[in-house]
Amino acid sequence: MSGSTPELRIEHLLRELAPQVLGGFARRFHDFALAEDAVQEAMLAAFRQWPQEGIPENPRAWLIRVASRRMTDMIRSETARRERETAITPEEEPAIGPAEAIEADMDPEDTLILLFMCCHPALSKSSAIALTLRAVGGLTTAEIANAFMVPEATMAQRISRAKQSIKASGVPFGLPRPQERRERQPAVLHVLYLIFSEGYASSVGAQLQRLDLAQEAIRLTRSTRALLPEDAEVAGLLALMLLTDARRTARTGPDGELIPLDKQDRSLWDRAAIAEGTALLTLALSKGAVGLYQLQAAIAALHDEAARTEDTDWPQILALYELLQRVSPGPMVTLNHAIAVAMVHGPARGLERLQPLDSDERFRGHYRLDAVRGHLFEMLGDFARAVEHYRTAAKKTTSLPEQNYLMTQAARLEEVRKEPNGKRIGPA
Amino acid sequence: MKYILLMNGKKSDFEGYARWSKEDLQANVAFMRAFSKELKDSGVFVASEGLGWPNEAKLVRAGSQGEPITDGVFPESKEFLAGYWIVDVESPEQAFAIAARLSGAPGAGGKAGGMPVEVRQVLSGHSDLGL
Repeated sequence: MSGSTPELRIEHLLRELAPQVLGGFARRFHDFALAEDAVQEAMLAAFRQWPQEGIPENPRAWLIRVASRRMTDMIRSETARRERETAITPEEEPAIGPAEAIEADMDPEDTLILLFMCCHPALSKSSAIALTLRAVGGLTTAEIANAFMVPEATMAQRISRAKQSIKASGVPFGLPRPQERRERQPAVLHVLYLIFSEGYASSVGAQLQRLDLAQEAIRLTRSTRALLPEDAEVAGLLALMLLTDARRTARTGPDGELIPLDKQDRSLWDRAAIAEGTALLTLALSKGAVGLYQLQAAIAALHDEAARTEDTDWPQILALYELLQRVSPGPMVTLNHAIAVAMVHGPARGLERLQPLDSDERFRGHYRLDAVRGHLFEMLGDFARAVEHYRTAAKKTTSLPEQNYLMTQAARLEEVRKEPNGKRIGPA
Repeated sequence: MKYILLMNGKKSDFEGYARWSKEDLQANVAFMRAFSKELKDSGVFVASEGLGWPNEAKLVRAGSQGEPITDGVFPESKEFLAGYWIVDVESPEQAFAIAARLSGAPGAGGKAGGMPVEVRQVLSGHSDLGL
C-alpha cells in the first residue's frame, strides 16, 4: 500500500485501531453486538472529523471516548425502551466508566478473540466474511457493501444478523480453549482465504474502484501472523497470498481479459512480494507440520521462481500435488494434480487422471473440469475435442472474464483448425 | 452468488391481471411489499424493479445511420418481463426457495398465482481459473 495522503493515513490508522478498541469494549461490556455498533459509529465520526481537525494526539483514547458516549446513549435508549414496555422507573444510570479505564484494559489478544468470534462456525460464510471485514478489518459497512456490489442496507442487515447469531450462540468474549482453537483455526484461515480469492479479481472489478479485498486479506493475515507467529499454516497462508498476488498485474490484459500463467509477462511480477512470500514459506516449512496452505504456497513459489514458462519445475510441482492429495484430498486438488501429470508425463496421462472426477458428485459438471480437458486435448493436438470442452466450460462458468477467456480459446483453436497451413494435428 | 429472478407473462396474462378484483390486487400488493421487506431483512436483497405495461414496449433497431427504428408489433405468444429481483445468496437452492415464495404470491380468486419464475445466475467479475 503506497501513498500517504492525510486521508489514507487516517484510514490505515483507524483500521488498525478498530479491532483493539472493539476488543476492549466487547470484553468489558459482555455485549459484542452493542460494542461493535458503538465502535463503528466512533469510526465514522473519526472519518468525518479527523481530515478537518487533524489526527488527535491520542487517537485511540479519542475513539474510546466517542464510542463510550455512543454506548451510553444506546444503553440508555434501550433501557428507556424497556421501561416504556414494562413501566418501571430506572434505579440507576448505566455505568460505562472513564475512557482511561477502558484503554488500560486493552489487550493485543483481543484481535485474535475477535477473529475467532467472527469466523464462528455457526455463521454462514458470507456473514463471517462481512463481519470479519467490519469488526477485525475496521472497514465501514458502505465499503464492504461496495466490495461485494450489494446495497449498503443489505450488508448492514447481513452484519447485524451475524451479530445476532453470535449473541444467540452465547459464546463468551474470550479465546477458545487450545483444543477448540485447533479445531476452529481452519475455519478462520478459510475465511481469510475466501476474502483474498474474492478480491483476486480481474480488472473488471478494479476499474470500478472497489475496495481491494485481496490487499485487505493480506493485511488481516499479516496481523493474524503477528498474533500467532509460531503457526506455520498462518505463515503458509500469508505466503500463498503474497506469491499469488505478485502476479496480479500480469494476469489481465489492457481490456481486462484474462492472461493464463504460461502467457504472462513475467517481468510484471512483483519481485518484492515474491521474495517476502518465499522467505515466509521457507521459515514455515522449517517448522515441521506441513499443511494445506504451505503446500499451495510452495507450488505458487515454484511458478514464481521460473524465469520463463518452460523453466517451470513441473516434476517438483507434481510431487507437491501428490503431497497435497494426501494432506487435503478433494476434487480441485485432483484436477490440478492431473494438470501436473500432463506437464510431466504427457496430456494423455493427465486426461486419464481426470476420469474419476466424472463420478464425483461434488464436482461433476463443474466448468473447470471441462476447461482443463479443453487444455489437455489441445496439448494432445485433438483440437476438435478441445474446442468442444472449452465451449462447454464457457457455458458453465459463472464469471464473465472466464466466459470470455474460454470462448476466445475455442475461437482461436477453431481458426487454427481451418487454416490450411495450420499445424493441423490429428488425435495422437 | 447472485441470481436474478424473472417474472414473465404473455399479453393475455397481463390482460387477466388488469381484471383482478380489488381484494386480489390488494393481497398481491401486500404480499410483494412483505416479500421485499423479507429479502431486505435477511440480507440477500440486491435490486428489484417492476416494468411498464407491455403495450408500451418497443423493439428498437439501429438504422443505416445508427438512428433508432422502432417497432411495436409483437407476436401474441411473446413473453414479456413483468419485473425482476436480484438476490445475493449462498447456494442455488436458496435462490430456488426464494423464487418458489415468489411464485406462490396470491393470484386471482384468492388462490396462489403459481406464476413461473425464471432463475438465472448473474455472472461475477472475479475469476478462479487458478492463474
